[in-house]
Amino acid sequence: MFGWKGTILRVNLTEGSIKKESLDLKDAHMYIGGRGLGVKILTDEVDPGIEPLSPENKLIFMTGPLTGTMAASPGRYEVVAKAPLTGTIGGANSGGHFGPELKFAGYDGIIFEGRAEKPVYLWINDDHVELRSAEHLWGKNTFETTDQLLKETAEDARVACIGPAGEKLVLFATVMNDKHRAAGRSGMGAVMGSKNLKAVVVRGTKSVDVADPEAFYKACVDARRKLKEHPVTGTGLPMYGTEILINILNQVGALPTRNWRDGGYFEYAEEISGEALREKYLVRNKGCFGCSIGCGRVTRVPEGKYKSFGEGPEYEAGWALGASCGVRDLAAICKANFICNELGLDPITMGATIACTMEMYEKGIISKEEIGMEAPFGNADAIVELTRMTGLREGFGDKLAEGSYRLASSYGHPELSMSVKKQEMPAYDARGIQGMGLEYATSNRGGCHVRGYMTSPEILGIPVKLDPLVTKDKAKWLKTFQDLTAVVDSAGICLFTTFAIGLPEISAMLKAAIGLDYSDEEVMKIGERIWNLERMFNLGAGFTKADDTLPPRLLNEPLKTGAGKGKVVELDVMLKEYYEVRGWNEDGIPTDAKLEELGIR
Amino acid sequence: MASGKPDGQTVMNKVLLLSPEKCIGCRTCEIVCSFSKIRAFNPRISRVSVFSFEEMAISVPMMCMQCEEPYCMKVCPTSAITRTEEGVVAFDEKKCIGCKLCISACPLGNISFSHVEGKIAKCDLCGGEPKCAEFCPSGAIEFKEPVPSAIERKKAIAEKFKELFGEGNE
Repeated sequence: MFGWKGTILRVNLTEGSIKKESLDLKDAHMYIGGRGLGVKILTDEVDPGIEPLSPENKLIFMTGPLTGTMAASPGRYEVVAKAPLTGTIGGANSGGHFGPELKFAGYDGIIFEGRAEKPVYLWINDDHVELRSAEHLWGKNTFETTDQLLKETAEDARVACIGPAGEKLVLFATVMNDKHRAAGRSGMGAVMGSKNLKAVVVRGTKSVDVADPEAFYKACVDARRKLKEHPVTGTGLPMYGTEILINILNQVGALPTRNWRDGGYFEYAEEISGEALREKYLVRNKGCFGCSIGCGRVTRVPEGKYKSFGEGPEYEAGWALGASCGVRDLAAICKANFICNELGLDPITMGATIACTMEMYEKGIISKEEIGMEAPFGNADAIVELTRMTGLREGFGDKLAEGSYRLASSYGHPELSMSVKKQEMPAYDARGIQGMGLEYATSNRGGCHVRGYMTSPEILGIPVKLDPLVTKDKAKWLKTFQDLTAVVDSAGICLFTTFAIGLPEISAMLKAAIGLDYSDEEVMKIGERIWNLERMFNLGAGFTKADDTLPPRLLNEPLKTGAGKGKVVELDVMLKEYYEVRGWNEDGIPTDAKLEELGIR
Repeated sequence: MASGKPDGQTVMNKVLLLSPEKCIGCRTCEIVCSFSKIRAFNPRISRVSVFSFEEMAISVPMMCMQCEEPYCMKVCPTSAITRTEEGVVAFDEKKCIGCKLCISACPLGNISFSHVEGKIAKCDLCGGEPKCAEFCPSGAIEFKEPVPSAIERKKAIAEKFKELFGEGNE
């Protein structure tokens, strides 16, 4: 088989059984792999109304046909399940080396069902697959777990695991692979923990074949050349990592500051920027499997009370723990970020939940006694300690572990949670970037920036510069970005490639790899199909048009400074247009005609 | 690769120069190497291997260094391994009996056995255009003539003197 390996593992944790099933080629052609195929399987097999942390939920690891090849940045895989943080379809994408290794072992993906009675891990060594006890690993952080597992399996294996946060069902726990890479958002680690599944260890020695090697090689060379030549993927990201965005977003007045209360300008942004990170703490760049960008940062805080060593922070983590909490101490941000990786926490939701706590503290809604410390904006010690407490559900951390929406609601102030569908929004103040507002409101996994990155055209001018302050045409652009991103997440390549390449290049790699002659339009149709199927899952889970909204702060409190001064998100006008562009009715429900056109019904 | 020797000159063949301090551990070299050998993707048959030492934040790419006096060649009982004029320690599949003594003989451990191809796996410089160097995104693997001016570490040290004692116009 070409691109795909043709086999999916089905592991029933309740029974302790392992089956090897043939990949359904019809589904693979319609949904590609990764996120798309994962969503298709979940939708077919799971009632959207189930409780996410019950044994009825399934946890799906899925690679794409380009994973493990020499395509542009081909190290990605997706984890899919119903999400505990949001109750929506969940999913998170990750790089590193785990996904490719799964392909080399001979599998496109793994479906986990049920719940093990006691902690287990799955060990895949090519054809040999077994469940082993993980009782001795329970309680260990992701680094200790990975090191121990490599000792007892094979030193050239790859590990995806959860830390204490996943075990303790922190609603925004991550699945961590290769120690530092995270399938980060929507709480996939908590689903893994609910199944008593500590880790997946894989070692593979087989080959990934492509249908037309010469055409594939040519397409990859072309894509890689474009990545090298583009200022973002060829220079900006290798030089400063994703944190390069801190100064850029601050300059346009869209860096959300102090729980989005103080608008989009952080007066100390320079001190937490990618430039500062490079100058002070960068040890070396790091690339995921086969990646020519190498945006990863190996960083070390050499001394002081935040002395530490690890990877990151990425832009969103740096923002969430930094500007969002009003913290200017980059060493503390690094330390808190490393703790997130070690305990298995999503740093975006973590930082945003601490920011929400800080605002409630300053408003006198939560006391020092309850939190166990003083927690005004800017308290660097607090972000480090509260992150640790959350990962272990210690003291007040037990409340933080529920995310900002449930936390703020428990004090009667849901409006102070900067979240959509209970997931915290990331680092782009949508009042200054209107299209991002529409993106947050409509993203199928709640507040999220990587499923239709409107910052690309609105701020970076890629592929063309749009005025971030107007609403005109944003719906149309967003649909294109959302559909293309669904393709990227399903093919097994990194979203960052899309700064430099687009549909023609991605199609060319995909077609040569799997040997199907899709037109570019058909490839986009696949993305649209995935998006609509996710929407159908959410409607089935009880979501309605009323959930396609934003925190009142973004709709009612105008920005105080910057280019967007005086602006709120004009969501109503964009949302109406969006439903039309999508071919959905005025309640945001895909019409029968649309579902038939996409082959969903 | 240019072969033959211009009159009165010794041709300095290009070699693979490694700069582990630049390596980002992406293993692009492994994946493109495997493709150039088997038209498929499989890091385990790659002639170049990257060793990552996580705790020290360093990754090191390793492959056959094409020794001037190759032990693998000396130990080979069927003379399947030879050193070409272009400086490649080449191996002749037809003569090889698969005894694998060369694997043990290599003092650098840079010969392995490819389970996919069922034969000895060693770097052959891709006929003069090594793919690992071509695709390496960070310059950790370069293919250059090993003349003093091409060796970056030497240059970097020289530049320190420039900083210390240079007196050009600022």
